[in-house]
Order: sequence, then C-alpha cells, then structure tokens
Amino acid sequence: MKQIVRVFRDLFRDYRFTVAFIALLFLLVLSLLSYVSPYDPVSIYQVPRGLPPSFEHPFGTNWLGQDVFWRLTFAVRNSLLIAVITAFFSRIIAIIVGIVSGYKGGTLDRVLMTIGDTTMVLPILIVLIVISMILKDWARSFVNLGLLLAFFSWAWDARVIRSQVLSVRERDFVRVAVLSGMSTMKIVGKQLLPHVLPVIFTTFINNMSWAIGMEITLAYLGLGIDPTVPTLGTMLQRAITRQALFLGLWWWLAAPIVTAVLLFIALYWLSVSISEYLDPRARFQRVGAGK
Amino acid sequence: MNFIKGYLIPRLLQYFIVTFLGLSAIFFLPRLLPTDPVKQQLQQYQTFGVYIPPEQQEEMMRTLRQLYGLEGTLWEQYLNFWKRLLTGDFGPSFSRFPVSVSKVISQALPWTVGLLSLTTILSWIIAVIVGGIVGYYRKRWMEALDVVVMIIRPIPYYVMALVCLILFAYVFPIFPLSGGIGIGQKLSFDLETILSIVKHGTLPALTLMIVGIAWQFQSMKLIVQIVKSEDHVWYAKTAGVTEKMIVQNHVIKNAMLPMITQLGLQFGGIFSGALITEMVFAYPGIGWILYDSIMKADYNLIMGVMCISTIAITTSILLLDLIYPLFDPRVRYR
Repeated sequence: MKQIVRVFRDLFRDYRFTVAFIALLFLLVLSLLSYVSPYDPVSIYQVPRGLPPSFEHPFGTNWLGQDVFWRLTFAVRNSLLIAVITAFFSRIIAIIVGIVSGYKGGTLDRVLMTIGDTTMVLPILIVLIVISMILKDWARSFVNLGLLLAFFSWAWDARVIRSQVLSVRERDFVRVAVLSGMSTMKIVGKQLLPHVLPVIFTTFINNMSWAIGMEITLAYLGLGIDPTVPTLGTMLQRAITRQALFLGLWWWLAAPIVTAVLLFIALYWLSVSISEYLDPRARFQRVGAGK
Repeated sequence: MNFIKGYLIPRLLQYFIVTFLGLSAIFFLPRLLPTDPVKQQLQQYQTFGVYIPPEQQEEMMRTLRQLYGLEGTLWEQYLNFWKRLLTGDFGPSFSRFPVSVSKVISQALPWTVGLLSLTTILSWIIAVIVGGIVGYYRKRWMEALDVVVMIIRPIPYYVMALVCLILFAYVFPIFPLSGGIGIGQKLSFDLETILSIVKHGTLPALTLMIVGIAWQFQSMKLIVQIVKSEDHVWYAKTAGVTEKMIVQNHVIKNAMLPMITQLGLQFGGIFSGALITEMVFAYPGIGWILYDSIMKADYNLIMGVMCISTIAITTSILLLDLIYPLFDPRVRYR
C-alpha cells in the first residue's frame, strides 16, 4: 500500500501525468453518466432541434432533436469500450507472439516476424477500409470492430516485447530457473512476464489511442460502427453529413472534436509520463537521484 | 561484393516476399468473403427498376464476371491477377466507365506524389533543424515549444485536417474549402494556374506538415539530448574542440541516422495520413480517388489503388533502406 502511494506521489510530480489523470477521470465520469441519461441514445426527435447550449441542454441540441451532452456521454463510453477491446486483444496477440518468438527463436521466430513485418508494411488504413467495407454488417458490432483493429496493431508491440524477452532470457536468474527444472510455462509466467509488463502497460494506452483514432477515421467513411449508435466517430460524422456548420450549429460539431482531442492528449501524456517514470535514466533527471 | 551479398540481396529478397504477400492478401481478402459483387451489381440495377429478361441476365453476369476478373477457378484468377498486375492493367473503372483504372490512377498520382514528397521533405528538414536546436541548447522558453508539440503530437491526421479545414477555410476563410485547382480551370503552365494550385494545396500541406513536424521534432530533440550527453562529446569539449566543430562533427552526424530510419518506419503512416487529408480536402489525388471509389463501390478502382499503394510503400521503404548505408559507415559492409 505504502509503495503504491509512493509511486503515485512520484508520478504526480510530472505535470503531464497530473493533467492527463484529471482529464481521464473527467472523461470517465462523463462516460459513467451515460447510465443515468434521461434520453435514449439512438432515437431521434426527443427534444426541440437546433437549440444552442443552455442550462437545460449543456451542449445544445442537434438538428435531429437529440441532446448533444447526453449523446456525448454515450459516445465517450462506446469509444473507450472499442479502444479497450482492441488494446486487450492486440496485447494478447503481441504477448504470445513476442514471448514465443523471443524465447523459442529459430524458424518460428523468423516466420512470426515476417508475418508481423508484412502487416506493418501494408497500407493498414486502406486494408482496414476495404475489409470493413466488404464486411460491413460484421464490423458493425463493438467486439468485431475491436478484433479487426487488434489484428492489425500487434506487430510493432510484439517486436518490442520480443526484444525485451531476448535480453531477459540471457540473464542468470532465468538460467537458474531452467537448470532447477522449472517448467517452461512457469518460467514464462514467473520470470519473463514481470519484465515485459511495463512495456505492455504503456503500449496498451498507445494502442487505445490509435484505436479511437481509427474508429473516427472509419466512421468518416461511413464504415465501422452502425452510424446511429453514438461513438466519437459517428457523432462527428453525423454532424458533418448533416451540414452542422452551414446550419450554424457549431456546438454539434465542436462537442465531439473537443472531447476527442482531450482524450487523445490525455492518453498520450499518460503513456509518456508513465514510460518516462519506468525508464530510470529519465526518472532521475526529473525526480532527482537518491529518492 | 560483401555489400551486395550481405546486404543488398537479402534486403531485395525481403522486399519481394513482403510485396508478394501483401498483394496476395489484397487478392484473397475480398474473395474469401461471402458477398458476390456481380450479383450485387445486378440487384442494384433491379432496385432501380430496370427489367432484365432472364437470358440477358446470364449474358450480363458473364460480361460482369469478365470485367471483374472473376472467371474460372480461384487459381486461374490468381494467375490472371498477376498477369494483369505486371502489365499494369486493372480493367475499366465502373464509376468512370470506360476510362481504365490505370488512367484514373496515373492522373491522380502526380497530385499525391507532389503533395507527399514536398510535405515530407519540408517537415523533415524543419523538424531536424528545430528539434536539433531545442535538444542541444535546452533554454527555458523552448519548454513552451515542447508543450505545444506534446499537444499536437497525439492528434490523428483526420481530426487535425478537419480542425484545419474548419478554422482556416470556414471560420477564417483564407483558403478554399476543397479541390486541387479552381473549378473549371484547365491544367497549364501559366502563372494563374500555378498560383491556384499553390493556394489550394497550402491547407492540406499545412495539415500534413504540422503532424509530421510534431512527430519528428520530438525524436530529433531526444536523440540530440542523448548524443550530447555521450562520452565522446564530453571528451571533445574538455579537449578544447570548438562548439561549432562538436555540433558539426559529433552531434549532427550521429543524430541524422536514427532520423533517416524514423522516416522509413513512419512512411506507411505518412502515406495513410496523406490519403486521409486528401479525402477531407477533396484534393484530387489517390486518397480522393479511393474515397470516391468506396462511395460508388467501384471495385476495380479500389483494387488498383490498394495494389499501387502497397507497391509504393514497400518500394519507398526499400529505397530508404538501400541509401541508408551511404550515411552510416557502420552498416556499410555488415
């Protein structure tokens, strides 16, 4: 317990972590608010349309008669959900591929890395567009879209984990474990995984950010999640296709953009400050040696 | 000889394998899926109220299959796909019938190549210079620049393009909303056309450059900081080598290499970003063609754009890798 408090005290010395932490907390509360929303997220013409922000409708209402604030709470929740699903599945692939090819080596390593390199070289955006276009109905659900995004985002992180495993594998304590007859599964779980965990954590956050960005980009093309279900991408897309700017409803467009930008910055700053904290060289520069 | 055997041939081999796998994936992905584009097309005609007699329906299906390259077994189709790819024939475009896909792409390609190469090179140079200075001197006011970059860096291309479009074309109408040149203008070599191209290209270029500079500025800054704190630089300083010489011979030379690697690694991302930016600004390059073909379900054109993009990305990464030894004496003869 004391250790956790100390870790957080050290982390909060970094203004970036503080800002990101507060922003994420705020967005999380926003997404939880969706459970007490007085309006349905999908149906239209529930409130007078095109009202500017007021006390009753904090972010105004859109041209389809929906309250922008309450819709936004659903959008943040759904976008975060897609991001977590993507990051979770791609982390699983990355961990398995990274540890297997790092620990086993040989032909398997080469094959896995070639597959990874191929998915890295392909114009991922175009491939994602085409797959989600052909599988339009399949990619409409959160889990399927998450799986699709996960499949194209593990390669780089698997490489990072592999290099980490390669260096840990040669250390004495792993040798001792092997010689003392520990089973391979146990070595991987007890000796290797703890060393890879920090990498997994920071790449998890980065992957979430990437997934949210991809969801927004796909939604712009009318692909991915069902356009009536609110996510940051579909909300933005609706506002654009319904000519929010020319109707003068700037709040309709600004709400998802500002929220998305806030979310991207918060996730990025969180990952940067944590990875700096985990890298002792950079930590000493900031926190000061001897603490 | 050592260079050819140890570096060039394995690298070329890898290039061919990766390109081959990528193009094969493009061929197989749509064919593994349950939807039949030919039946879809016919259904579309019928929903528009066109009556097609059964015997003509057969005829039409055959013609469409031929146009899509869907005749024969999967293996024959695959061989045919490569034959057509190597001759640069992707069939006709459906939304712009009877113009061929290769013609549509070759008309769009100069726009993308121009935009992409100009912004990539410019932003790379700016980022290297500014990042190098900030990384080397680390003054108090430079921290502010760092914060600005930290804010821009995580924003994806699409959101950035949208914000730029709203701010500079709608709220402050400095630049035109869309297009590559003025409406109805013919491409020719006079001052008016060139000015129009520059005016239309500025905003997309600006978007790409803002994101590109933010990416590379950070790495350059970090690399220079690390190089500066290395022993040989410190030794040179104590040995009385002038600051100018240290910067020229030790810091810049060592920092440039990772930056070139970075450029190669990020090229796929930059390319995707350029496509997205073109879509947002309706800039008449490959990205806009892709957007258009997706909206009109122009299957052949999508395939053509995908193949060209894959080849373009793998080839440019190969070229970067091949010129890399010229900069780094350590990897020249591995």
